Amino acid sequence: MEIYLIPVGLVTLIGILAGLGLALASKFMAVPVDETFDKVRACLPGVNCGACGYAGCDDYAKALTQNNGIKTNLCIPGGDGAAKAISEALGVEFEDVEEQSAVVRCAGNCEVSSYVMDYEGPQTCAACNTFYQGRRSCSSACLGYGDCVDVCQYDAIHIENGVAVVDKSRCVGCGMCAKMCPNNLITIVPFTSNVTVTCSSHDKGAYTRKVCKVGCIGCRKCEKSCPTGAITVNDNLAAIDPAKCINCEVCVGQCPTGAIQVIKCKNLEA
Amino acid sequence: MSQMMFILVSAIFVENFVLSKFLGICPFLGVSKKLDSAVGMSLAVTFVMCISTAVTWPLYTYLLKPKNLDYMQTVVFILVIAALVQLVEIILKKYVPALHQSLGVYLPLITTNCAVLGVTILNVDGAKAFSYGQAMVNSVGAGLGFMLAMVLFSGVRSRVETSDRPESFKGLPATLIAASIVSVAFMGFSGVAEGIFH
Repeated sequence: MEIYLIPVGLVTLIGILAGLGLALASKFMAVPVDETFDKVRACLPGVNCGACGYAGCDDYAKALTQNNGIKTNLCIPGGDGAAKAISEALGVEFEDVEEQSAVVRCAGNCEVSSYVMDYEGPQTCAACNTFYQGRRSCSSACLGYGDCVDVCQYDAIHIENGVAVVDKSRCVGCGMCAKMCPNNLITIVPFTSNVTVTCSSHDKGAYTRKVCKVGCIGCRKCEKSCPTGAITVNDNLAAIDPAKCINCEVCVGQCPTGAIQVIKCKNLEA
Repeated sequence: MSQMMFILVSAIFVENFVLSKFLGICPFLGVSKKLDSAVGMSLAVTFVMCISTAVTWPLYTYLLKPKNLDYMQTVVFILVIAALVQLVEIILKKYVPALHQSLGVYLPLITTNCAVLGVTILNVDGAKAFSYGQAMVNSVGAGLGFMLAMVLFSGVRSRVETSDRPESFKGLPATLIAASIVSVAFMGFSGVAEGIFH
Protein backbone atom coordinates (compact mmCIF):
# COMPACT_ATOMS: atom_id res chain seq x y z
CA MET A 1 0.00 0.00 0.00
CA GLU A 2 2.77 2.32 0.91
CA ILE A 3 4.23 2.08 -2.61
CA TYR A 4 1.18 3.82 -3.95
CA LEU A 5 0.54 6.22 -1.12
CA ILE A 6 3.91 7.94 -1.07
CA PRO A 7 4.11 8.99 -4.76
CA VAL A 8 0.42 9.91 -4.92
CA GLY A 9 0.71 11.86 -1.70
CA LEU A 10 3.88 13.54 -2.92
CA VAL A 11 2.38 14.75 -6.19
CA THR A 12 -0.78 15.86 -4.41
CA LEU A 13 1.30 17.73 -1.88
CA ILE A 14 3.39 19.45 -4.53
CA GLY A 15 0.22 20.27 -6.45
CA ILE A 16 -1.47 21.76 -3.42
CA LEU A 17 1.64 23.73 -2.49
CA ALA A 18 2.01 25.07 -6.02
CA GLY A 19 -1.69 25.89 -6.17
CA LEU A 20 -1.57 27.68 -2.85
CA GLY A 21 1.54 29.58 -3.90
CA LEU A 22 -0.09 30.69 -7.13
CA ALA A 23 -3.31 31.64 -5.41
CA LEU A 24 -1.43 33.72 -2.86
CA ALA A 25 0.74 35.27 -5.55
CA SER A 26 -2.22 36.23 -7.70
CA LYS A 27 -3.92 37.69 -4.65
CA PHE A 28 -1.02 39.76 -3.38
CA MET A 29 0.59 40.65 -6.66
CA ALA A 30 -2.52 41.24 -8.69
CA VAL A 31 -2.18 44.10 -11.13
CA PRO A 32 -5.40 46.09 -11.18
CA VAL A 33 -6.85 45.64 -14.64
CA ASP A 34 -8.74 48.58 -16.00
CA GLU A 35 -12.22 47.30 -16.73
CA THR A 36 -13.02 50.07 -19.15
CA PHE A 37 -10.02 49.00 -21.23
CA ASP A 38 -11.55 45.57 -21.79
CA LYS A 39 -14.90 47.16 -22.63
CA VAL A 40 -13.39 49.59 -25.10
CA ARG A 41 -11.18 46.92 -26.64
CA ALA A 42 -14.21 44.69 -27.19
CA CYS A 43 -15.82 47.48 -29.26
CA LEU A 44 -12.93 47.65 -31.70
CA PRO A 45 -12.78 45.26 -34.64
CA GLY A 46 -9.28 43.92 -33.89
CA VAL A 47 -7.94 44.38 -37.41
CA ASN A 48 -4.90 46.29 -36.12
CA CYS A 49 -4.86 48.35 -39.31
CA GLY A 50 -3.59 51.55 -37.73
CA ALA A 51 -6.11 53.81 -39.49
CA CYS A 52 -6.80 55.49 -36.13
CA GLY A 53 -3.16 56.57 -35.91
CA TYR A 54 -2.26 54.18 -33.07
CA ALA A 55 -0.16 51.04 -33.26
CA GLY A 56 -3.16 48.72 -33.27
CA CYS A 57 -6.50 48.19 -31.56
CA ASP A 58 -4.93 47.52 -28.15
CA ASP A 59 -2.96 50.74 -28.33
CA TYR A 60 -5.98 52.80 -29.33
CA ALA A 61 -8.10 51.28 -26.57
CA LYS A 62 -5.33 52.02 -24.06
CA ALA A 63 -5.09 55.62 -25.23
CA LEU A 64 -8.87 56.00 -25.04
CA THR A 65 -9.04 54.74 -21.47
CA GLN A 66 -6.08 56.77 -20.22
CA ASN A 67 -6.70 60.14 -21.85
CA ASN A 68 -10.11 61.69 -21.87
CA GLY A 69 -9.54 64.04 -24.77
CA ILE A 70 -9.12 61.43 -27.49
CA LYS A 71 -11.86 61.19 -30.06
CA THR A 72 -13.92 58.04 -30.14
CA ASN A 73 -14.58 58.19 -33.86
CA LEU A 74 -11.07 57.42 -35.11
CA CYS A 75 -11.76 53.77 -35.89
CA ILE A 76 -12.61 53.71 -39.57
CA PRO A 77 -13.19 49.96 -40.09
CA GLY A 78 -15.49 49.91 -37.06
CA GLY A 79 -17.47 52.88 -38.37
CA ASP A 80 -20.41 54.39 -36.53
CA GLY A 81 -21.12 51.15 -34.65
CA ALA A 82 -17.73 51.03 -32.97
CA ALA A 83 -17.72 54.76 -32.23
CA LYS A 84 -21.15 54.52 -30.61
CA ALA A 85 -20.14 51.53 -28.51
CA ILE A 86 -16.90 53.21 -27.38
CA SER A 87 -18.72 56.41 -26.52
CA GLU A 88 -21.17 54.42 -24.44
CA ALA A 89 -18.41 52.51 -22.66
CA LEU A 90 -16.58 55.72 -21.83
CA GLY A 91 -19.66 57.77 -21.19
CA VAL A 92 -18.82 60.53 -23.65
CA GLU A 93 -20.77 62.11 -26.45
CA PHE A 94 -20.91 60.25 -29.75
CA GLU A 95 -19.53 61.84 -32.88
CA ASP A 96 -20.25 60.65 -36.36
CA VAL A 97 -17.51 58.79 -38.20
CA GLU A 98 -16.74 60.00 -41.67
CA GLU A 99 -16.72 56.76 -43.58
CA GLN A 100 -13.91 56.38 -46.02
CA SER A 101 -12.88 54.07 -48.79
CA ALA A 102 -9.81 53.43 -50.89
CA VAL A 103 -9.41 54.42 -54.52
CA VAL A 104 -6.73 53.19 -56.89
CA ARG A 105 -5.35 56.08 -58.87
CA CYS A 106 -4.46 54.05 -61.94
CA ALA A 107 -6.68 52.66 -64.67
CA GLY A 108 -3.94 51.41 -66.97
CA ASN A 109 -5.24 47.89 -67.56
CA CYS A 110 -4.01 45.49 -70.21
CA GLU A 111 -6.15 47.11 -72.93
CA VAL A 112 -4.91 50.67 -72.61
CA SER A 113 -1.24 50.16 -71.75
CA SER A 114 1.20 47.33 -72.30
CA TYR A 115 3.81 45.31 -70.49
CA VAL A 116 7.32 46.09 -71.62
CA MET A 117 9.03 43.13 -70.01
CA ASP A 118 8.49 39.53 -69.09
CA TYR A 119 9.30 39.73 -65.38
CA GLU A 120 10.18 36.41 -63.74
CA GLY A 121 11.52 37.45 -60.32
CA PRO A 122 9.62 37.17 -57.03
CA GLN A 123 6.00 37.74 -57.91
CA THR A 124 5.28 40.69 -55.66
CA CYS A 125 4.68 44.35 -56.45
CA ALA A 126 7.39 45.41 -54.01
CA ALA A 127 10.11 43.26 -55.64
CA CYS A 128 9.10 44.11 -59.18
CA ASN A 129 9.06 47.83 -58.37
CA THR A 130 12.42 47.72 -56.58
CA PHE A 131 14.22 45.96 -59.38
CA TYR A 132 12.66 47.39 -62.53
CA GLN A 133 10.25 50.17 -61.50
CA GLY A 134 7.41 47.99 -62.63
CA ARG A 135 6.84 45.97 -65.75
CA ARG A 136 4.51 48.35 -67.56
CA SER A 137 5.40 51.03 -70.03
CA CYS A 138 4.35 53.63 -67.43
CA SER A 139 6.51 53.70 -64.32
CA SER A 140 3.68 54.90 -62.07
CA ALA A 141 1.29 52.19 -63.17
CA CYS A 142 -0.33 49.54 -61.01
CA LEU A 143 2.10 46.62 -60.83
CA GLY A 144 -0.67 44.08 -60.77
CA TYR A 145 0.84 41.43 -58.46
CA GLY A 146 -1.69 42.15 -55.76
CA ASP A 147 0.33 43.08 -52.67
CA CYS A 148 -2.76 45.12 -51.78
CA VAL A 149 -5.02 42.11 -52.35
CA ASP A 150 -2.97 40.01 -49.94
CA VAL A 151 -3.10 42.60 -47.17
CA CYS A 152 -6.83 43.36 -47.43
CA GLN A 153 -8.80 41.70 -44.67
CA TYR A 154 -12.19 42.50 -46.19
CA ASP A 155 -11.74 40.98 -49.65
CA ALA A 156 -12.41 44.45 -51.03
CA ILE A 157 -9.62 44.87 -53.57
CA HIS A 158 -8.89 42.64 -56.55
CA ILE A 159 -6.70 42.61 -59.61
CA GLU A 160 -8.91 42.98 -62.66
CA ASN A 161 -7.27 42.90 -66.06
CA GLY A 162 -3.89 43.83 -64.58
CA VAL A 163 -5.07 46.69 -62.37
CA ALA A 164 -6.19 46.74 -58.73
CA VAL A 165 -9.85 47.66 -58.39
CA VAL A 166 -11.54 48.51 -55.08
CA ASP A 167 -14.95 47.09 -54.34
CA LYS A 168 -16.48 50.08 -52.62
CA SER A 169 -19.31 48.09 -51.09
CA ARG A 170 -16.79 46.05 -49.08
CA CYS A 171 -14.01 48.57 -48.47
CA VAL A 172 -13.97 50.05 -44.97
CA GLY A 173 -11.15 52.50 -45.63
CA CYS A 174 -8.63 51.06 -43.17
CA GLY A 175 -5.80 52.08 -45.50
CA MET A 176 -3.71 48.91 -45.24
CA CYS A 177 -3.57 48.57 -49.04
CA ALA A 178 -2.46 52.20 -49.33
CA LYS A 179 0.50 51.43 -47.08
CA MET A 180 1.44 48.33 -49.10
CA CYS A 181 1.40 49.84 -52.59
CA PRO A 182 5.02 50.55 -53.61
CA ASN A 183 3.86 53.15 -56.13
CA ASN A 184 1.55 54.86 -53.61
CA LEU A 185 -1.32 54.56 -56.05
CA ILE A 186 -3.99 54.00 -53.43
CA THR A 187 -5.46 56.89 -51.49
CA ILE A 188 -8.16 56.99 -48.86
CA VAL A 189 -10.99 59.38 -49.68
CA PRO A 190 -14.37 60.04 -48.05
CA PHE A 191 -16.90 57.39 -48.95
CA THR A 192 -19.21 60.04 -50.43
CA SER A 193 -16.76 61.33 -53.03
CA ASN A 194 -17.36 59.47 -56.26
CA VAL A 195 -15.18 61.31 -58.76
CA THR A 196 -11.57 60.21 -58.95
CA VAL A 197 -8.57 61.00 -61.08
CA THR A 198 -7.47 57.51 -62.04
CA CYS A 199 -3.89 58.34 -62.89
CA SER A 200 -0.78 59.03 -60.83
CA SER A 201 1.72 59.81 -63.56
CA HIS A 202 3.66 63.05 -63.30
CA ASP A 203 5.20 62.48 -66.75
CA LYS A 204 4.68 65.10 -69.47
CA GLY A 205 1.41 64.84 -71.38
CA ALA A 206 2.98 63.73 -74.66
CA TYR A 207 4.85 60.88 -72.97
CA THR A 208 1.85 59.80 -70.88
CA ARG A 209 -0.24 59.67 -74.05
CA LYS A 210 2.33 57.43 -75.71
CA VAL A 211 2.43 54.82 -72.91
CA CYS A 212 -1.19 54.80 -71.72
CA LYS A 213 -4.50 55.66 -73.34
CA VAL A 214 -6.23 56.71 -70.12
CA GLY A 215 -3.47 58.73 -68.42
CA CYS A 216 -3.81 62.30 -67.23
CA ILE A 217 -2.00 64.58 -69.67
CA GLY A 218 -2.32 67.72 -67.57
CA CYS A 219 -4.44 69.68 -70.11
CA ARG A 220 -6.27 71.63 -67.37
CA LYS A 221 -9.69 71.26 -69.01
CA CYS A 222 -11.11 69.83 -65.80
CA GLU A 223 -9.59 72.60 -63.74
CA LYS A 224 -11.34 75.22 -65.88
CA SER A 225 -14.65 73.41 -65.99
CA CYS A 226 -14.96 72.67 -62.29
CA PRO A 227 -17.69 74.89 -60.78
CA THR A 228 -16.32 74.73 -57.25
CA GLY A 229 -12.61 74.94 -58.01
CA ALA A 230 -11.98 71.54 -56.49
CA ILE A 231 -9.52 70.44 -59.15
CA THR A 232 -5.95 71.63 -59.43
CA VAL A 233 -3.44 70.47 -61.99
CA ASN A 234 0.02 70.30 -60.58
CA ASP A 235 3.10 68.79 -62.20
CA ASN A 236 1.11 67.35 -65.14
CA LEU A 237 -1.42 65.65 -62.93
CA ALA A 238 -4.94 66.63 -61.90
CA ALA A 239 -5.97 66.26 -58.27
CA ILE A 240 -9.45 66.56 -56.80
CA ASP A 241 -9.94 68.02 -53.35
CA PRO A 242 -12.68 65.83 -51.87
CA ALA A 243 -13.64 68.58 -49.43
CA LYS A 244 -14.68 70.87 -52.29
CA CYS A 245 -15.94 68.32 -54.81
CA ILE A 246 -19.73 68.17 -55.12
CA ASN A 247 -19.84 65.08 -57.38
CA CYS A 248 -21.33 67.09 -60.25
CA GLU A 249 -19.28 65.01 -62.73
CA VAL A 250 -18.74 67.91 -65.15
CA CYS A 251 -15.03 67.18 -65.29
CA VAL A 252 -15.69 63.55 -66.25
CA GLY A 253 -17.26 64.68 -69.51
CA GLN A 254 -14.53 67.24 -70.13
CA CYS A 255 -11.52 64.94 -69.78
CA PRO A 256 -10.19 64.06 -73.26
CA THR A 257 -8.48 60.85 -72.15
CA GLY A 258 -11.03 59.56 -69.65
CA ALA A 259 -8.60 59.87 -66.75
CA ILE A 260 -11.37 61.07 -64.44
CA GLN A 261 -13.85 58.40 -63.55
CA VAL A 262 -16.93 57.98 -61.44
CA ILE A 263 -16.48 55.16 -58.99
CA LYS A 264 -19.65 54.41 -57.06
CA CYS A 265 -20.59 51.76 -54.61
CA LYS A 266 -22.19 48.99 -56.65
CA ASN A 267 -24.78 48.17 -54.03
CA LEU A 268 -26.06 51.73 -53.89
CA GLU A 269 -26.45 51.92 -57.65
CA ALA A 270 -28.67 48.89 -57.82
CA MET B 1 36.53 26.16 -14.35
CA SER B 2 37.55 24.39 -17.54
CA GLN B 3 34.96 21.74 -16.68
CA MET B 4 32.28 24.46 -16.60
CA MET B 5 33.49 25.94 -19.89
CA PHE B 6 33.42 22.47 -21.39
CA ILE B 7 29.80 21.97 -20.31
CA LEU B 8 28.82 25.41 -21.58
CA VAL B 9 30.46 25.04 -25.00
CA SER B 10 29.19 21.53 -25.55
CA ALA B 11 25.65 22.55 -24.52
CA ILE B 12 25.68 25.41 -27.01
CA PHE B 13 27.34 23.82 -30.00
CA VAL B 14 27.94 20.08 -29.77
CA GLU B 15 24.81 19.01 -27.95
CA ASN B 16 22.63 21.79 -29.30
CA PHE B 17 19.14 21.09 -28.04
CA VAL B 18 17.36 21.89 -31.25
CA LEU B 19 19.82 20.82 -33.89
CA SER B 20 21.44 17.76 -32.31
CA LYS B 21 18.91 16.51 -29.77
CA PHE B 22 15.84 17.59 -31.76
CA LEU B 23 14.05 18.96 -28.72
CA GLY B 24 11.90 22.07 -28.89
CA ILE B 25 11.25 21.72 -32.61
CA CYS B 26 7.76 23.21 -32.30
CA PRO B 27 8.87 26.71 -31.23
CA PHE B 28 11.92 26.36 -33.50
CA LEU B 29 9.67 26.05 -36.55
CA GLY B 30 6.84 28.16 -35.23
CA VAL B 31 8.50 31.29 -33.94
CA SER B 32 11.56 31.55 -36.18
CA LYS B 33 9.79 33.56 -38.89
CA LYS B 34 10.95 36.89 -37.56
CA LEU B 35 14.24 37.71 -35.87
CA ASP B 36 12.83 39.75 -32.97
CA SER B 37 10.23 37.19 -32.00
CA ALA B 38 12.89 34.46 -32.28
CA VAL B 39 15.11 36.37 -29.85
CA GLY B 40 12.18 37.02 -27.48
CA MET B 41 11.20 33.38 -27.48
CA SER B 42 14.74 32.13 -26.88
CA LEU B 43 15.27 34.60 -24.03
CA ALA B 44 12.10 33.30 -22.41
CA VAL B 45 13.23 29.69 -22.93
CA THR B 46 16.67 30.37 -21.44
CA PHE B 47 15.07 32.07 -18.47
CA VAL B 48 12.60 29.25 -17.84
CA MET B 49 15.31 26.59 -18.28
CA CYS B 50 17.40 28.25 -15.56
CA ILE B 51 14.66 28.68 -12.99
CA SER B 52 13.24 25.23 -13.55
CA THR B 53 16.66 23.61 -13.21
CA ALA B 54 17.23 25.62 -10.04
CA VAL B 55 14.12 24.05 -8.54
CA THR B 56 13.93 20.57 -10.06
CA TRP B 57 17.55 19.58 -9.40
CA PRO B 58 17.30 19.79 -5.59
CA LEU B 59 13.79 18.33 -5.72
CA TYR B 60 15.08 15.28 -7.59
CA THR B 61 18.34 14.85 -5.71
CA TYR B 62 17.05 15.33 -2.18
CA LEU B 63 13.47 14.08 -2.45
CA LEU B 64 12.81 11.72 -5.36
CA LYS B 65 16.16 9.91 -5.54
CA PRO B 66 16.52 8.94 -1.85
CA LYS B 67 12.96 7.59 -1.78
CA ASN B 68 13.46 5.63 -5.03
CA LEU B 69 10.78 7.63 -6.80
CA ASP B 70 12.83 8.27 -9.95
CA TYR B 71 9.95 7.12 -12.11
CA MET B 72 7.88 10.08 -10.90
CA GLN B 73 10.30 12.62 -12.32
CA THR B 74 8.36 13.51 -15.49
CA VAL B 75 5.10 14.12 -13.66
CA VAL B 76 6.70 16.05 -10.81
CA PHE B 77 8.92 18.10 -13.14
CA ILE B 78 6.05 19.14 -15.39
CA LEU B 79 3.94 20.08 -12.41
CA VAL B 80 6.71 22.11 -10.84
CA ILE B 81 7.78 23.81 -14.07
CA ALA B 82 4.21 24.77 -15.00
CA ALA B 83 3.52 26.23 -11.56
CA LEU B 84 6.86 28.01 -11.56
CA VAL B 85 6.35 29.64 -14.93
CA GLN B 86 2.93 30.82 -13.88
CA LEU B 87 4.39 32.27 -10.69
CA VAL B 88 7.19 34.00 -12.58
CA GLU B 89 4.64 35.48 -14.95
CA ILE B 90 2.65 36.92 -12.08
CA ILE B 91 5.78 38.34 -10.46
CA LEU B 92 7.03 39.83 -13.72
CA LYS B 93 3.65 41.40 -14.46
CA LYS B 94 3.71 43.11 -11.09
CA TYR B 95 7.33 44.19 -10.74
CA VAL B 96 8.93 44.21 -14.20
CA PRO B 97 6.13 45.12 -16.63
CA ALA B 98 8.58 45.94 -19.41
CA LEU B 99 10.11 42.47 -19.33
CA HIS B 100 6.64 40.97 -19.03
CA GLN B 101 5.59 42.80 -22.18
CA SER B 102 8.45 41.41 -24.21
CA LEU B 103 8.43 37.86 -22.77
CA GLY B 104 4.73 37.78 -21.93
CA VAL B 105 3.44 36.17 -25.08
CA TYR B 106 6.04 33.41 -25.02
CA LEU B 107 6.08 32.51 -21.33
CA PRO B 108 2.83 30.50 -21.25
CA LEU B 109 3.80 28.86 -24.54
CA ILE B 110 6.84 27.21 -23.03
CA THR B 111 5.53 26.03 -19.66
CA THR B 112 5.83 22.43 -20.74
CA ASN B 113 8.07 22.85 -23.76
CA CYS B 114 9.96 19.60 -24.33
CA ALA B 115 13.30 21.43 -24.46
CA VAL B 116 12.71 22.76 -20.95
CA LEU B 117 11.62 19.36 -19.64
CA GLY B 118 14.52 17.79 -21.55
CA VAL B 119 17.13 19.98 -19.94
CA THR B 120 15.84 19.35 -16.42
CA ILE B 121 15.73 15.58 -16.96
CA LEU B 122 19.13 15.37 -18.66
CA ASN B 123 20.65 17.37 -15.81
CA VAL B 124 19.83 14.65 -13.29
CA ASP B 125 19.86 11.70 -15.65
CA GLY B 126 21.88 8.56 -15.01
CA ALA B 127 25.65 8.37 -15.31
CA LYS B 128 26.11 11.92 -16.62
CA ALA B 129 24.31 13.51 -13.67
CA PHE B 130 25.63 17.00 -13.00
CA SER B 131 26.31 18.76 -9.73
CA TYR B 132 24.09 21.76 -8.94
CA GLY B 133 26.53 24.31 -10.40
CA GLN B 134 27.15 22.20 -13.48
CA ALA B 135 23.42 21.73 -13.98
CA MET B 136 22.87 25.49 -13.92
CA VAL B 137 25.69 26.08 -16.40
CA ASN B 138 24.27 23.35 -18.60
CA SER B 139 20.82 24.92 -18.64
CA VAL B 140 22.22 28.35 -19.46
CA GLY B 141 24.20 26.72 -22.29
CA ALA B 142 21.14 24.86 -23.53
CA GLY B 143 19.19 28.12 -23.59
CA LEU B 144 21.95 29.96 -25.44
CA GLY B 145 22.18 27.06 -27.89
CA PHE B 146 18.44 27.32 -28.45
CA MET B 147 18.85 31.04 -29.11
CA LEU B 148 21.74 30.42 -31.50
CA ALA B 149 19.68 27.90 -33.45
CA MET B 150 16.63 30.20 -33.54
CA VAL B 151 18.58 33.26 -34.65
CA LEU B 152 20.56 31.35 -37.30
CA PHE B 153 17.45 29.68 -38.58
CA SER B 154 15.37 32.86 -38.76
CA GLY B 155 18.10 34.25 -41.03
CA VAL B 156 18.13 31.11 -43.16
CA ARG B 157 14.36 31.13 -43.27
CA SER B 158 14.00 34.70 -44.46
CA ARG B 159 16.29 33.80 -47.37
CA VAL B 160 14.37 30.62 -48.15
CA GLU B 161 11.02 32.43 -48.07
CA THR B 162 12.04 34.97 -50.68
CA SER B 163 13.85 32.59 -53.00
CA ASP B 164 12.26 31.03 -56.02
CA ARG B 165 11.36 27.41 -55.37
CA PRO B 166 9.07 24.77 -56.81
CA GLU B 167 5.39 25.12 -55.91
CA SER B 168 5.33 21.83 -54.00
CA PHE B 169 8.17 22.95 -51.71
CA LYS B 170 6.65 26.26 -50.70
CA GLY B 171 5.94 26.78 -47.02
CA LEU B 172 6.69 24.06 -44.51
CA PRO B 173 8.53 21.55 -46.79
CA ALA B 174 11.24 24.05 -47.72
CA THR B 175 11.48 25.10 -44.05
CA LEU B 176 11.93 21.51 -42.90
CA ILE B 177 14.60 20.84 -45.51
CA ALA B 178 16.42 24.04 -44.53
CA ALA B 179 16.20 22.98 -40.87
CA SER B 180 17.74 19.60 -41.65
CA ILE B 181 20.60 21.21 -43.55
CA VAL B 182 21.30 23.61 -40.66
CA SER B 183 21.22 20.59 -38.36
CA VAL B 184 23.71 18.72 -40.54
CA ALA B 185 25.99 21.77 -40.35
CA PHE B 186 25.97 21.49 -36.56
CA MET B 187 27.24 17.91 -36.76
CA GLY B 188 30.54 19.49 -37.71
CA PHE B 189 30.93 20.55 -34.08
CA SER B 190 31.02 17.00 -32.73
CA GLY B 191 34.26 16.46 -30.84
CA VAL B 192 35.22 20.13 -30.95
CA ALA B 193 34.57 20.74 -27.24
CA GLU B 194 36.64 17.69 -26.21
CA GLY B 195 39.43 18.87 -28.47
CA ILE B 196 39.56 22.31 -26.86
CA PHE B 197 39.20 21.44 -23.19
CA HIS B 198 40.92 18.02 -22.81
